Amino acid sequence: MENNLKYKLKNRRYIISAAVVGLVLIFIIRLFFLQILNSDYKAWADSNAFLKKTLYPSRGMIYDRNGKLLVYNQPAYDVIVVMREVQPFDTLDFCSTLGISKEQFDKRITDIKNRRLNPGYSSYVPQLFMNHLSAQEYGVLQEKLYKFPGFYIQNRTIREYEYPYAAHVLGSIGEVNRKDLEEDSYYVRGDYSGRSGVEKSYEELLRGEKGIEILLRDAHGRIKGKYEDGAHDIPPVSGKNLTLSIDMDLQAYGEKLMQNKVGAIVMIEPATGEVLCMISAPTFDPGMLVGRQRGKNYAILEKDPLKPLFDRALMSYYPPGSTFKPAQGLVFLQEGIITPETMYTCAHGYPFRGGKPACHGHYSPLGLTAALATSCNAYFCWGLKDMLDVKRRYPTVQDAFEVWKNHIVSMGFGYKLGIDLPGEKRGYIPNSKVYDKLYNSRWNSSTIISISIGQGEIIATPLQICNLSATIANRGYFHTPHIVKEVEAGELDTLYTNRKYPSVESRHYEHIARGMREAVLGGTCRSAALPDIEVCGKTGTAENPHGKDHSIFIGFAPYDKPEVAIAVFIENAGFGATYAVPVGKLMMEKYLKGEISDANKYTEDYIINSVILPTNVL
Amino acid sequence: MSYRKTEIWRTIDWFTILLYVIIVVAGWFTICGASYEFDHVGLFDPSGRPGSQLIWIGTAFILIFIILMLESDFFDVFSMLIYIGVIALLIVTIFVASDIKGSRSWLVLGPIRLQPAEFAKFATGLALAKLISGYGFKLTTVKNFSYALLIIFLPMVCILLQQETGSALVYLAFFLVLYREGMSGYILLTGVCAVVFFVVSMKYSEVMVGITPLGELIVLCLIQLITVLLVQIIRGNMLAVKVILGGSLVTYLVAYIVSFYMPVNFVWVSVALIVFTAFYLLYLSTRSWVWHYLLIAVFAIGSVLFMFSVDYVFDEILEPHQQIRIKVSLGLEDDPTGAGYNVNQSKIAIGSGGLTGKGFLNGTQTKLKYVPEQDTDFIFCTVGEEQGFIGATLVLILFAVFILRLIVLAERQKSTFGRVYGYGVASIFFFHLAINVGMVTGLAPVIGIPLPFFSYGGSSLWGFTILLFIFLRLDAGKKERL
Repeated sequence: MENNLKYKLKNRRYIISAAVVGLVLIFIIRLFFLQILNSDYKAWADSNAFLKKTLYPSRGMIYDRNGKLLVYNQPAYDVIVVMREVQPFDTLDFCSTLGISKEQFDKRITDIKNRRLNPGYSSYVPQLFMNHLSAQEYGVLQEKLYKFPGFYIQNRTIREYEYPYAAHVLGSIGEVNRKDLEEDSYYVRGDYSGRSGVEKSYEELLRGEKGIEILLRDAHGRIKGKYEDGAHDIPPVSGKNLTLSIDMDLQAYGEKLMQNKVGAIVMIEPATGEVLCMISAPTFDPGMLVGRQRGKNYAILEKDPLKPLFDRALMSYYPPGSTFKPAQGLVFLQEGIITPETMYTCAHGYPFRGGKPACHGHYSPLGLTAALATSCNAYFCWGLKDMLDVKRRYPTVQDAFEVWKNHIVSMGFGYKLGIDLPGEKRGYIPNSKVYDKLYNSRWNSSTIISISIGQGEIIATPLQICNLSATIANRGYFHTPHIVKEVEAGELDTLYTNRKYPSVESRHYEHIARGMREAVLGGTCRSAALPDIEVCGKTGTAENPHGKDHSIFIGFAPYDKPEVAIAVFIENAGFGATYAVPVGKLMMEKYLKGEISDANKYTEDYIINSVILPTNVL
Repeated sequence: MSYRKTEIWRTIDWFTILLYVIIVVAGWFTICGASYEFDHVGLFDPSGRPGSQLIWIGTAFILIFIILMLESDFFDVFSMLIYIGVIALLIVTIFVASDIKGSRSWLVLGPIRLQPAEFAKFATGLALAKLISGYGFKLTTVKNFSYALLIIFLPMVCILLQQETGSALVYLAFFLVLYREGMSGYILLTGVCAVVFFVVSMKYSEVMVGITPLGELIVLCLIQLITVLLVQIIRGNMLAVKVILGGSLVTYLVAYIVSFYMPVNFVWVSVALIVFTAFYLLYLSTRSWVWHYLLIAVFAIGSVLFMFSVDYVFDEILEPHQQIRIKVSLGLEDDPTGAGYNVNQSKIAIGSGGLTGKGFLNGTQTKLKYVPEQDTDFIFCTVGEEQGFIGATLVLILFAVFILRLIVLAERQKSTFGRVYGYGVASIFFFHLAINVGMVTGLAPVIGIPLPFFSYGGSSLWGFTILLFIFLRLDAGKKERL
């Protein structure tokens, strides 16, 4: 009995041993789950230990076509905060050092923590608290920084503009908004990206690539050096430099001519499609939209009734008026409506509709060249009538109009040209359906006669009109206008390097060019003439329902080997010949000669000193 | 004398000593890993932890030498004296010790700080062995059992008074010894079950699956499972096992299908099953007149009542702040700044080690001090992080082999004294391993006790070394007499 009990108890060693083995097995299974099956822990350990510090690349610089530096970077100081590391501190001292109120401080902190405003918020990640400290503020804060745990100063760069010109072209950079953060994971809150101009359209080249420095951080948030001596760090890659096709001297001169006026000048090198200058008036100093003043100045510019932020060269909708006549002539020639010898009559207006639209005094009948030189309205009305109303050519007026429209669109009207700047507008060229709807399908050339002279439904941007001029200068092709001439270590999009041929054959262009040359020699553009340059031009006077007519000029020079094409729009300045033509002349002389001849000094002074602003503003 | 000296080196269990050396060396390297800093002092610099641990290891070898040189019946003869001395020291410590990290367990003697609680383990083991090996001692009598309990609880109470809850709980390991020496297995089972049921139902009390509280369901399933196991182990009645298991499975399946059409609280399904099982056992009991079935039925019903009463007391009677305190002190509440933080970071450290680990001295979690107490109580993290699954598993296997070897040695003792003491040693290592690794891997509540021979600290290294080598001395002495 005793021995039996002993034997039974001895067997308990198996139970105890089994417990030991069982326990260790449970632990091994647990380790298997923790270490092999679950991969989250690795990431957690990394996010614990590694402080990934972003190294910001320097943004690409911007040069003009002659190698002048236009935009570069200057050091600036941002205050950043890591919320997790913030401990109680003297808020009032902090606020007074930065020159902000307690309320602003509280609001900023609340905004940072708000995940709706700040989608990527994490209390471990540095957040932008305040940007662009001045050098003095930086100095004072730097000394006191030890008192404010969790706050750091980050060196950043801000944009500096060498010249106070070309604000619309260059654009500006600003803090990324919520949409940017959601669309592009490259950005974190507080980053800057191009908001307008070249800064925006070439953002991905200019910004470069951020680098990462991996630092080891202990449980108290102290930095314990670089992880594996920086073996895994990624150095930042500087942004690419851009060379613009803009000639900064020309741009500056144009802005000077356009002061106290509303309108736009676009100049293109026809052979390449490079935009030589692009002026939108009124304009502003691009330096206004830099740094902490950006918000305030932006609000001022936005409230200005003359809308200086509005880039008229790309965005404004003007009826092209008579400057559209060359395009009409090209379509008529292509479709065989007219030949260069075709004569039409004019009786101080379009005789078919009792002298409307009206015309000015010149001989009659007249051919295409003379019609362009004198800007005869009746000639192009007849042309449109012959195209749309003569049934033997096209089955219906709708078919005829579609043919006309397609030719016009092929010349770059009605759709965006595709310039490398944001915000370009497409203008407007109606199709037959529009008129069917408008006139219940019963319409003919007389119904829509105003389009023959570039009025009515026809809408174009200054850029599109300038492109027409460049196409004529090239005698039948164009390059999509572009503002960037060269990209550092890169090539331009083929959109800008390939020629585009409108559906009008090249042989027809010479007649139009001839007409524009005649206009300068003895027509409406006589005041565009330059002594030793063969200038070609076409005036335009666009009727404006809101006030005085817009003064328009397009042209190119020299006649044989064109180096420049131009379009000038001056709002409410009356006849084309009054303001737009002399501005065009001065711009071409400036570009081709480098300076203004003495003979034109008077014109220059007169233009610079003219004030042509809407009466409600003055 | 010289004869005996050579004899001890021949008869001592070299295999255990080899395991001891391997564990101590592995432990030292792990301490190097855990306390290594990037602006580090040399590993052998005595001002750093690896250096000072090296000193402790050196002195531990001197202790070993002394212990092995003592007569083997020295411990038998002086066991009660040692026990009384240590108890006195523990009591003195309560009043003398200064407050270090909220505990009053450290005696400061010049440059050395000692924790008497670490030395009370072997003294208690010796006293218990002495008691049980006494002539005519029977653990099954109430009087003798009470003596045994007294010997175990006396140091436990003293250490509790020193506010070292973890170290005090270690003494519960001696119940394993009592079990081996004849204490009813039901007492052990009841105790273990009570703790497991309590911890599990607390740990998962907030987790709901549908309308079923997960914690309660797990506990109920455990109760059912243990009931079935008891029927199988005690009566070997396979038919009954099949009836209960089959019935349960069918019922759960039906309930699962029904749950697609209406919400089912599986807790009530489970309770119903246990009640049916109890009635079935009652029937078996009356049919064959075997009272074991009745006992098992009582256990099952008792367990269910225990679980619900714990839940009731916890949820209805205790104030919310008391509930939180209990949960936090058990390490059940996710308290990011307190115990929950440690366990979370510890799991991150181990989990990030992967299969092969980050390599010696390359752990980021431990290097950068994310795991508090990483070179003492949470030392196992460093193994997991730097040596990975392979290294951690090897360490666990090493401990398992070590403890199993101790059990084998204990069983081969001729004297009851040697066997009881041997089981005491094995049980204490087992308990430390279970609680420490369980805590670090997030399975057990956070109870701060060291991992033997790994955790940094002289007292614990000395305490465990003395504990172990007294047994090896006893084991060698046994053979000496042969």
